[in-house]
Amino acid sequence: MIPMATTFFRIIKFGFQNFARNGLLSATTVAILVMTLLVFNGLLMFGVISKSAIASLEDKIDISVYFSAGATEDQILSLEKALESLPEVKSADYISQDKALAIFKDRHKEDEAIAQALNELQANPLLASLNIKAQSPSQYQTIAGYLDSENLKGIIDNVTYGENRVVIDRLARIVDTLRGAGWLTTLLFAAVAILVTFNTIRLAIYSNREELGIMRLVGASNKFINGPYLVTGVIYGVLGGMISLTLAAPAIVLASPYVSIFIPEVSLANYLLVHLPQLIFYHLAVGVTLGSVSAMVAVRRYLKI
Amino acid sequence: MIAFHNVSKHYNDQKVLEDISFKIAPGELVSIVGRSGAGKSTIIRLLIGEEKPAKGRIIFGPHEVNRMLPSELPALRRKVGIVFQDFKLLPTKTAHENVAFALEVEGRSQPEIEELVPQMLDLVGLADKGHLFPHELSGGMKQRVAIARAMIHRPSVIIADEPTGNLDSYNADEIVKLLLKINELGTTLILATHSRDIVNKVKRRVITLDDGRIIKDDPHGDYIL
Repeated sequence: MIPMATTFFRIIKFGFQNFARNGLLSATTVAILVMTLLVFNGLLMFGVISKSAIASLEDKIDISVYFSAGATEDQILSLEKALESLPEVKSADYISQDKALAIFKDRHKEDEAIAQALNELQANPLLASLNIKAQSPSQYQTIAGYLDSENLKGIIDNVTYGENRVVIDRLARIVDTLRGAGWLTTLLFAAVAILVTFNTIRLAIYSNREELGIMRLVGASNKFINGPYLVTGVIYGVLGGMISLTLAAPAIVLASPYVSIFIPEVSLANYLLVHLPQLIFYHLAVGVTLGSVSAMVAVRRYLKI
Repeated sequence: MIAFHNVSKHYNDQKVLEDISFKIAPGELVSIVGRSGAGKSTIIRLLIGEEKPAKGRIIFGPHEVNRMLPSELPALRRKVGIVFQDFKLLPTKTAHENVAFALEVEGRSQPEIEELVPQMLDLVGLADKGHLFPHELSGGMKQRVAIARAMIHRPSVIIADEPTGNLDSYNADEIVKLLLKINELGTTLILATHSRDIVNKVKRRVITLDDGRIIKDDPHGDYIL
């Protein structure tokens, strides 16, 4: 019976030996893995930017319901409650006549003509309203349909959806397209990167295929032959992950202010800082998985296990 | 005891071995001779389970090799020492590590390995070459390392497939002497070769193959082809 611990330590030792003694091959493989992980980084950042851009775009869309002068606050608040219970509605904010006036005054406080005109008016000319945001842009039509019901016609003066419908629909289409294109791009690049890495590691092991055969003839078990290549694959992954993050982090910090110019809501540097532990984990996990799985598949193929 | 009982082997439609039968007793030295393509290497591959016969039985000690599962074969190969024409040394390991590898796959302890490997390298005349990689060794030295690796775990059988094929006559003589010494110590030796010189020098049992058939099995034979 072969002692397990002895075999385990020998497998680890041979894995490191494989890595060190195939210097150029190891360096090339790690370089390819680093490039693959940099592509993943790019995709991750693209995802962060596009998600924030889409969220920012969605946040700019809303519809307002203006109530007729005869509508009581109770009626409005009850409609607000009813709207908030709809699954399509993300939020519904009540703006009373007084609040609307205060906002208006604040917005035009430097315009004396408007201030003077307001003072001359005896009554508040502004209407109470509800500002409604949907969960997604495509749901505004459903909400507008709900507001169009007969029993609400007495208290509603105007709904802005009709006026903004074209813009909202177009934005909804842009958001959907961006989401779909983002996923497609990510999948495409990820598939290419995985294939390139897999083939590189496969070629690295292909160059050692004779060695695999010799080990088998000397009486090495499959575990004893596979194990070191698995360890080498893990070393490729760990090194690839660490190097790629070391290269990507400064690039992300440098790019951050430029991205913020176009999308002020996005701070890549802040994202990096907050998510650093997860990013380290993802890099190592993707690197080690790619390295070890590729090595295993390749060894099994050349060993015909 | 090694025995082939009515063994045949085909590659696609081509017959490589046809109804081969022979027995080899423990401690015997047997030369299997024949021209290139006669089936010598196929016999060796069948014996260590690298190939399965189309029909027949192959007995190796207590094992019926043709019925063994792939997972059982490494243990069988660890009981044999194999020496090849092209040495088959691991290129990224030193001479010492190549010899040690045969013990490592058996799970021997490190102190035991450190004690046995230098002794074996000394026995094959390479005591001071253990730190060298195969590409730094001459052909004769590589074959000595291969023999040391085949011998290190004291196998009951050594199989040498054209062991002098890549060597000059001086080194070939030295390797044959070494193999004979190993056989004198009680190890069964199976020597597959097409070298007339070696066979005639050894003067022991010769199994002659031609076109996949045994045409002669002579206990003190010469190379007749």
